Amino acid sequence: MRLVVGEGSCGLAAGAGAVHTRLEALLAEANPTGVELGITGCNGMCFLEPIVDLYDDEGALHRLVKVQEKDADKIYQAVTTGDLSLVDGLCISSEDAEFLSRQTRIALRDCGVIDPESIDDYIAHGGYQAISKILSTGMTPEDVIAEIDVSGLAGRGGAGFSTAFKWRAARNADPGEDGRKYLICNADEGDPGAFMDRAVIEGDPHALIEGMLVGAYAIGAAEAIVYVRAEYPLAIVRLRKAIADATERGYLGDNILGSDFSCTLRIKAGAGAFVCGEETALIESLEGKRGMPRLKPPFPAQAGYWHQPSNINNVETYANVAWIIVNGGAAFAAMGTENSKGTKVFALSGKIRRGGLVEIPMGTTLREVIFDIGGGIRDNKEFKAVQLGGPSGGCLPASKLDTVIDYRELGATGAIMGSGGMVVMDESTCMVGMARFFLDFTAKESCGKCVHCRLGTKRMLEILDRIVNGKGEEGDIEKLEDLCYAIKDGALCGLGQTAPNPVLTTIRYFRDELEAHIAEHSCPAGECRELITYYIDQDKCIGCTACARQCPAKAISGERKSPHKIDPALCIKCGNCKTACRFGAVQVK
Amino acid sequence: MPQQTPSDLSLIEHVLDTYAEVPGSLIAILQEVQETYGYLPMDVLELVAKRTGTPIATIMGVATFYAQFRLEPVGKYLIMLCQGTACHVNGSELISSAITDELGIEDGQTTPDGLFSLKHVACLGCCSLSPVMMINGTTYSSLTPDKAKKVLRSLAAEANEGGASA
Repeated sequence: MRLVVGEGSCGLAAGAGAVHTRLEALLAEANPTGVELGITGCNGMCFLEPIVDLYDDEGALHRLVKVQEKDADKIYQAVTTGDLSLVDGLCISSEDAEFLSRQTRIALRDCGVIDPESIDDYIAHGGYQAISKILSTGMTPEDVIAEIDVSGLAGRGGAGFSTAFKWRAARNADPGEDGRKYLICNADEGDPGAFMDRAVIEGDPHALIEGMLVGAYAIGAAEAIVYVRAEYPLAIVRLRKAIADATERGYLGDNILGSDFSCTLRIKAGAGAFVCGEETALIESLEGKRGMPRLKPPFPAQAGYWHQPSNINNVETYANVAWIIVNGGAAFAAMGTENSKGTKVFALSGKIRRGGLVEIPMGTTLREVIFDIGGGIRDNKEFKAVQLGGPSGGCLPASKLDTVIDYRELGATGAIMGSGGMVVMDESTCMVGMARFFLDFTAKESCGKCVHCRLGTKRMLEILDRIVNGKGEEGDIEKLEDLCYAIKDGALCGLGQTAPNPVLTTIRYFRDELEAHIAEHSCPAGECRELITYYIDQDKCIGCTACARQCPAKAISGERKSPHKIDPALCIKCGNCKTACRFGAVQVK
Repeated sequence: MPQQTPSDLSLIEHVLDTYAEVPGSLIAILQEVQETYGYLPMDVLELVAKRTGTPIATIMGVATFYAQFRLEPVGKYLIMLCQGTACHVNGSELISSAITDELGIEDGQTTPDGLFSLKHVACLGCCSLSPVMMINGTTYSSLTPDKAKKVLRSLAAEANEGGASA
């Protein structure tokens, strides 16, 4: 029997560490034969964390979900007595299991399967076969790039630029007297609402290393760097171990696998700046400077890190590479649509029943992802919108749910494919508030280099602030539109050029809601504090006093067992009463 | 800014010995400084300027550009409240109000007893468990205003007990 605890950041946040410690203590005490305890990364079923995978003596998997520390004893009993019926109550439901069975996993192929801290486990699952194949069969760098070209792999960071094109440009670039080229991985996953890259590094760090090795071989780089967000400490720890192990086994360093190819890999921890997801800003940051974008051209392929030819791809892009080399570019290209090949990973979250990591072939519809895999909206509420691409993307309404996942199709809606954030909203989310949220983010994260972005996002935020505070004026929508187009035209980098997208899509799809805020000073979703009033439905209130006890402003009065009332003059609109009421009596108008 | 006592500069010597001459190391050096002192003390930054030959203005430019760096000490417990999209949709604003209500501090501030600091941070990447906050490396997930207050109270109690027995 083998027990494997899912220990990605989300599993640990949900309490996997305590489960592991308890199981370890129980097993250490009795030391039963034939029971192993291991760890794995995130399998993407975040809504069921903590998860323990129990493999019986026949190797069959029994997936135990929402396991608490107190359940460890039961699991221990089950594995030591062989009576697995003891853990029946913890087993995943067939409905929840569909979350994984409906997916096609390439980038996430081994996430949640292998032990991310064991290079042997990676190798046992077919790891390092791509680089071995390249070096032992004499594939030239050009052959490698041709294979990637056949696959149609495009940059998974959001822009969707052809990977083979970038690699070829870096391959052909003249490194000058210095002679060096660099291969860089962008793991500065800054989109608030995206966590695919974290899961890959935490769950399958060698897949990233191998993808980067193939890239380094293809462009002719002997030095590779991973730029990781400092907010991902566990990812850094696991990647550091993976690099050390790979170096020890001869997959990194001089004369890899006895060939002429040498390459080192190091980690650079970011220091927290969204703009560093932009490739030239990332390079500035790597050089120890403020992360401000450079003018292009020259492109990084010509003059990047220390002005040498450099190639930058995102984590998910590299995570696909080894699979493509082993299985062939054609197998990858067989999936997807005419314009977008292969699969894409999304981080599904928000008001969704089953949130987590979803990898599906391009061409799948948003509806399939949100309803078939994600199980739809939780608490029996209505779907209202889905946000794609974070601060650079947009919110799409129900009428766009049948849009297929494809760079071009999504781009036509005004949203973007993005790096993979997919945040679902229900009727209680205010779309104007959402647009304000993103503008607040981009205004803070604008590096300040370009006037349009630095000041334009601030002016837009001021207008949106007025609107959500009930001080919107006629003409605000037109002013916002003017600013949107001016910023798009006037900004140097992707951050500024795409910063208006959340506002433009809100104007396009949720204009009614915006107009209600401006003309009627009301928030249809009942979320904007300044525009709403809390009241108690006198028919529903049973006088339990739960709300009054939670009210920090003492604005709720009433006798026990008779309906209560909220004094709007005292109410600070904190919403505590609404959360406290179990009868749905506290309402908003 | 409160008067800061002189820092023990010897603690950072080994870092400067290793990195002072390596081009492009400024961010890494500042990260080490913060790791060592808990923030970036002015006298240490002056030493970094001297040893690396970088103008202090450049160092301040980098130190103020990145969200990670702090120019003032933080409390014993640093509350990093996630402001990601999923957390926003799931009510992080209510959590922020609850923390302010409980501790009387807002984003960027520290309680007078030096116990808690509150910092709003970009996405922590635990979107499926939102809203979340991270306190000294531990993540607290699926928060409600009530749950957040309970966490703070138990940490405060822990600190007080520790203080009494010490």
